Amino acid sequence: MEIDGTQVLVRTITDEEPAILMAWLALLKEGGSLQTGRIREAELQTQAKVVLGQLRDALASGQSDFGSEAYASLRETLGEISRSRAIQGFSSTDTAKFVFSLKEPIFEALGRTQAGDASLIAAATRSASRLLDRLGLHTMEVFQTSREEVIGRQTQEIAELSTPVVRLWDGILALPLIGTLDSARTGVVMENLLQAIVDEEAEIAIIDITGVPTVDTLVAQHLLKAIAAARLMGADCIISGIRPQIAQTMVHLGVELNVVSKATLADAFALALRRTGRAVVRKQAAATTASEDRR
Amino acid sequence: MDRIPILKLGGALIVTIQVDMHDRLMLALEEDLTAKIASTGARGVLIEISALEIVDSFIGRMLDNIAAISRVLDAETVVVGMRPAVAITLIELGLNLTGIKTALNVERGMAMIQARLDEDDADGLGSTRAHRED
Repeated sequence: MEIDGTQVLVRTITDEEPAILMAWLALLKEGGSLQTGRIREAELQTQAKVVLGQLRDALASGQSDFGSEAYASLRETLGEISRSRAIQGFSSTDTAKFVFSLKEPIFEALGRTQAGDASLIAAATRSASRLLDRLGLHTMEVFQTSREEVIGRQTQEIAELSTPVVRLWDGILALPLIGTLDSARTGVVMENLLQAIVDEEAEIAIIDITGVPTVDTLVAQHLLKAIAAARLMGADCIISGIRPQIAQTMVHLGVELNVVSKATLADAFALALRRTGRAVVRKQAAATTASEDRR
Repeated sequence: MDRIPILKLGGALIVTIQVDMHDRLMLALEEDLTAKIASTGARGVLIEISALEIVDSFIGRMLDNIAAISRVLDAETVVVGMRPAVAITLIELGLNLTGIKTALNVERGMAMIQARLDEDDADGLGSTRAHRED
């Protein structure tokens, strides 16, 4: 077949641009793109107009390969739209619809302008379809990459947030661990703990594992590493917050921690106070004793 | 060859490592320290390593060796001031140095040694030589 579909397509889009844009926007609105309230109508309109304009310019250059230089600005615009949608929390269907709903208005316009010449319509439809599929795929690819970036950033933030070292008293630190311990996190935990020991001149560090969902041999090994490193710095460690099920699993797995462990953070803190020569005394009790003395 | 000085303070010996350790220096330290413990009858050895930035498995093992030798000669070794990075390295090398006592700084390390000396004195078992040489 010798008919150049791209040529027909360029002509149609140039001639019928306002009509295509109108139909496209109507379809987008119908599809519910505005209903979620995440994007305003004016914004959607601008986006659609820019994309269509750039598509026309790119087609006018005579290129039909989406990877070529002529489509660079269109790729960028679509990437930008896709990325912002990923961050705004659009679903992948919504994002894909934005591009794919352009198909129908273009096909209609082709039907109007090339009325009667079936082979021309077929050729133009084929090239339009091929091109828009590529646009859609590109959009999805960028969308997915952006989503993965968001997830990656969140993972990192969680890792940073979930390893605080808290000062409970002079020379007593607490390290409440939350979430699964893997090698990467153990590294961060260990560094934080050791640095805090230096900064606070701590004698005792309490590692609270109430928030650790499972303790297997690997997690135990990681914990032991941190404890051994703290010992080398001259600080003792106490483990607290081992839940009953975890204690059972640990014994069944044959995991041995060989360190002082207490059921709750409170117990561990009491032990730490005792070891550093302190005691907690109830004020009321002291008052009673005093009154008894007077009697 | 330069050597690491060993200072005597009461019943304790104090070693501070201020230079980059290399293997020969460490071997010389082990030798000197052993001789010094034997000659002074010291009951405690304090090794201060806060300036030590780089350790390898050899240095780690030698620290363990020194502690073991001291124990044979009835002296307790306390390593103080280890940097976080050094501690992590030693653990990653699999050296837990379980035979060594540790403390965060010289003050606490000396308190640990002093506690042992006091205990011995209370029992009337303080080293005769250590006091004679004072």
